[in-house]
Amino acid sequence: MWGIIRQKVAAGGGSPVARIRPVVSNLRNYSSAVKQMMVREALNSALDEEMSADPKVFLMGEEVGEYQGAYKISKGLLEKYGPERVLDTPITEAGFTGIGVGAAYYGLKPVVEFMTFNFSMQAIDHIINSAAKSNYMSSGQISVPIVFRGPNGAAAGVGAQHSHCYAAWYASVPGLKVLSPYSSEDARGLLKAAIRDPDPVVFLENELLYGESFPVSAEVLDSSFCLPIGKAKIEREGKDVTITAFSKIVGLSLKAAEILAKEGISAEVINLRSIRPLDRSTINASVRKTNRLVTVEEGFPQHGVGAEICASVIEESFGYLDAPVERIAGADVPMPYAANLERMAVPQVLCFLYDSSIDGCYKFLVY
Amino acid sequence: MALSKLSSPSSLSTNILKPLTNSFLLHRPISTDTTPLTIETSVPFTSHQCEAPSRSVETTPKELLSFFRQMATMRRMEIAADSLYKAKLVRGFCHLYDGQEAVAIGMEAGITKKDSIITAYRDHCTFLGRGGTLLEVFSELMGRKDGCSHGKGGSMHFYKKDSGFYGGHGIVGAQIPLGCGLAFAQKYSKDETVTFALYGDGAANQGQLFEALNIAALWDLPAILVCENNHYGMGTAEWRAAKSPSYYKRGDYVPGLKVDGMDALAVKQACKFAKEHALKNGPMILEMDTYRYHGHSMSDPGSTYRTRDEISGVRQERDPIERIRKLILAHDLATEKELKVFIQLVYA
Repeated sequence: MWGIIRQKVAAGGGSPVARIRPVVSNLRNYSSAVKQMMVREALNSALDEEMSADPKVFLMGEEVGEYQGAYKISKGLLEKYGPERVLDTPITEAGFTGIGVGAAYYGLKPVVEFMTFNFSMQAIDHIINSAAKSNYMSSGQISVPIVFRGPNGAAAGVGAQHSHCYAAWYASVPGLKVLSPYSSEDARGLLKAAIRDPDPVVFLENELLYGESFPVSAEVLDSSFCLPIGKAKIEREGKDVTITAFSKIVGLSLKAAEILAKEGISAEVINLRSIRPLDRSTINASVRKTNRLVTVEEGFPQHGVGAEICASVIEESFGYLDAPVERIAGADVPMPYAANLERMAVPQVLCFLYDSSIDGCYKFLVY
Repeated sequence: MALSKLSSPSSLSTNILKPLTNSFLLHRPISTDTTPLTIETSVPFTSHQCEAPSRSVETTPKELLSFFRQMATMRRMEIAADSLYKAKLVRGFCHLYDGQEAVAIGMEAGITKKDSIITAYRDHCTFLGRGGTLLEVFSELMGRKDGCSHGKGGSMHFYKKDSGFYGGHGIVGAQIPLGCGLAFAQKYSKDETVTFALYGDGAANQGQLFEALNIAALWDLPAILVCENNHYGMGTAEWRAAKSPSYYKRGDYVPGLKVDGMDALAVKQACKFAKEHALKNGPMILEMDTYRYHGHSMSDPGSTYRTRDEISGVRQERDPIERIRKLILAHDLATEKELKVFIQLVYA
């Protein structure tokens, strides 16, 4: 149930499709694709446009300037905006995050990059106590228009200390907004919205998605493009089961939905986009339609995003559920290093399918 | 007066607050004499990596009398807060500043309201110095909507952004990087102003202080770190917490100045000097040698880790209000009787 491949299931189920990277699929629900854009490029262009539009926006973090960004997200920005607006910091998260929050108190709009969100734990006091709570504690006097962004969750073989998912951590804090894009359209629209937002935003990217390409329409490429915060996207419509996911897992979920479709099960895939505020109305409306829910995430299961979605659905749509909510999450263990163990520690399309959706399907047939 | 509109359950609080309203209505007219006066600080400044400023401080009778008035008000306010806390009208944490008033007052005299101040949780007097009112202080302490944070912050979270006061922070040491961030923004916006980030001897050992100071020095930020050294980090004396309690030297490559924090004029001189320095050369550390009469907070009697003799000794030898009173009398700016009447009005 937590994403561990069971040997007999894998053996019996034909060629195992277990893989970490989702297959790039550029078919389905996107409007007429004019151009392909990598997520990395989407983030870079969003930063560029927002810095160009508002002189108060500046970027700081480790290697964002001369190195062009640890993952090349900030490529070209130092050259374009100069060292006063693109700042390379020393490796002192608590210090530079506090400085970013202080600058936001004064009225600037910092974008603070964490090389990965694992390092944000060194600065978490500033994110939560200095940034998130200030607007409330000061009764509106101090607003904090800051964005904390960087890659979150598992990468490939980086081990336990570099693979933690922080979505549930930050999403539990009132005063924060937490976003997690999947596609390039998400990346552009949500990052622009985050930078323009007057409140602190935690922007959880994914390292393995940086190199993925997605189609983007002319509307998405426009510099005024922006996505609303707090609104999920229905990536694929369906009527038999609702699957909620965010970030990389959306890709896996879409793949799973394809496989389910061949089995005659129509799955509705919801790309959460916004973890806080959670789009409870979209999720509940979907569950009321399909009567079944599977929540999928890469992070640890206990107190995870799926737990919150499950509680929300039970609170609002209990009578509509035909089966208990299924929660699929990463294994409840620090991320192992060996490739085969790592594969087993995160949700995979195959076990997703056999462990839960088939169960769901079975229950559907029975009831 | 607005204060009487506070519907408090106990008459005790109105009894405490009413006289303060009187003090506003009937206060003795402050001398408007602005003839310059030069007064020497109690002790010379000790410097680290810089030239110390002169011991001679320019002031005026008007300024000295206003120091006296404001510090007396602050002292009375803190005592009143003590009573309110014991009457259970103030809940949670209450950290009092009595004894340290000279730092808040001297700093205000040396800077403008366009400069920024950020401090930790011992913020009532700093807030008052920045232009906050007694009504806002007491309302906030008692959780009323007329409080400066509309009752949502409490004792540790006073803010006054329009006059450059950014709080009021509960996490020890966090205000230092925040203060350096304010300084960053001032430099970015080319405002020609500076930020004073206040912290205690307890916070002086925090790692984030050194992280922020490193960046402030690298990027030449107009940040002044002010260590209000009252010699005790909660119940731990400075010699038990710091290998080197010479906090003004702890910046290493960052210049520092040690100041008698019980002498408002010395504080004023140091802050003026620091502001000029920071605008030209980047960060600086000021160590204010000061003392708090109360314990760390209202839950701390303050006498388990220090002797009552020590406390009363400081009160007799170094009290900041007493120093100004003596100066006023010595320079014949008011008679003893006038000052006594005045104090009675404030204290009544």
